[in-house]
Amino acid sequence: MNKDHWKLWEVFLRSKNGLSHKHVGSLHAADAEMAIQNARDVYTRRSEGISIWVVPSESIKASAPDEKEPLFAPSDDKVYRHPTFYDIPDDVEHM
Amino acid sequence: MMGTNVSLEENFQAYVDGENKVEPKDWMPEKYRRTLIRQISQHAHSEIIGMQPEANWITRAPSLRAKLILLAKVQDEAGHGLYLYSAAETLGEPRETMISDLQSGKAKYSSIFNYPTPSWADMGTIGWLVDGAAIQNQVMLTRTSYGPYARAMVKICKEESFHQRQGYEVVMKLAQGTPEQKAMAQESLNRWWWPSLMMFGPSDDESPNSAQSMKWKIKRKSNDTLRQEFVDKTVPQVEYLGLTVPDSDLKWNEARGHYDFGVINWDEFYNVVQGNGPCNKERIAHHVEAHEEGAWVREAANAFAQKQAQRKKNTGAAA
Repeated sequence: MNKDHWKLWEVFLRSKNGLSHKHVGSLHAADAEMAIQNARDVYTRRSEGISIWVVPSESIKASAPDEKEPLFAPSDDKVYRHPTFYDIPDDVEHM
Repeated sequence: MMGTNVSLEENFQAYVDGENKVEPKDWMPEKYRRTLIRQISQHAHSEIIGMQPEANWITRAPSLRAKLILLAKVQDEAGHGLYLYSAAETLGEPRETMISDLQSGKAKYSSIFNYPTPSWADMGTIGWLVDGAAIQNQVMLTRTSYGPYARAMVKICKEESFHQRQGYEVVMKLAQGTPEQKAMAQESLNRWWWPSLMMFGPSDDESPNSAQSMKWKIKRKSNDTLRQEFVDKTVPQVEYLGLTVPDSDLKWNEARGHYDFGVINWDEFYNVVQGNGPCNKERIAHHVEAHEEGAWVREAANAFAQKQAQRKKNTGAAA
């Protein structure tokens, strides 16, 4: 690797308190501090955020698309987990 | 028969036809990946190279207000370039490869940025027409099938609206100013009109990659459709300013419900694409120079980061 190459970081922004941080993109930086400074310049030029998280891209472990079936299919046939599964008479209120 | 032999590519096409978005780790045809890398990186390069013709006027902006706006706009272009490089990197293309392809001439960028900006009016015309044409294309791309590209486009489109409006304001001030200022606006419009129409690329029948890109929903409108939409929107804006479109064939076609316009000089377009525009060499030379002059900064930042990490480790060990 070139000695002038900076690693890739993923950037997450909290737009205001009460909301979660949300992924907005990535950037290159030599260290975490610089990643935060660069994220400020690149992703918050119009007050889009009040808090920034940066994570080295290589540290993120993602589920594989081909595991979609075994990972997520089991919840598809459990309709009884949803409130609409149950028949409650309209006369019963506040439920 | 043991099931039907539906190929991965057919599945992919059906998935895209169903208006589903493709995300980085999903399976995709290699040609889809290559097409996107080419298109997104060229788009990124255009944003970055596009900083040069405008930066030309930062030190000579006619007022502090104009200077602040121009600085903010050029900074936005850098930001747009970064969102796009970031989207291209999700496809596995390293940033250094994209930069070296730009510098070697292997990768292209929008030809419009190979034209010079000799007058202040050009700062207005670029925002109004060049960013206007870009918006026409980019609004379409907010619905492109590749998720990270679409998301970058949403962010860019929000910011481009400022670019176009500030540009129109610059031209409007000149058009409503002294006769000399109005002439300056007209002269700038004369130079930028045709290159702006060329930004949409060759006509549909001359654009072999377009059909596949449309099929994969990377593009959703043809070059000619986008160009016509741009002309239809822009002509009334020109008229409002009391300026004249430099095209004697331009006239409203009642039957079509669109403006007819003259034939584009595609020889000029291909000539500029092939590197013979007024500023091609200058733009790349400047990019290479800035990149090389910044090498020590990148190295020093790395050395500093390593030293800090080492120090932290030592302190941790001592404690």
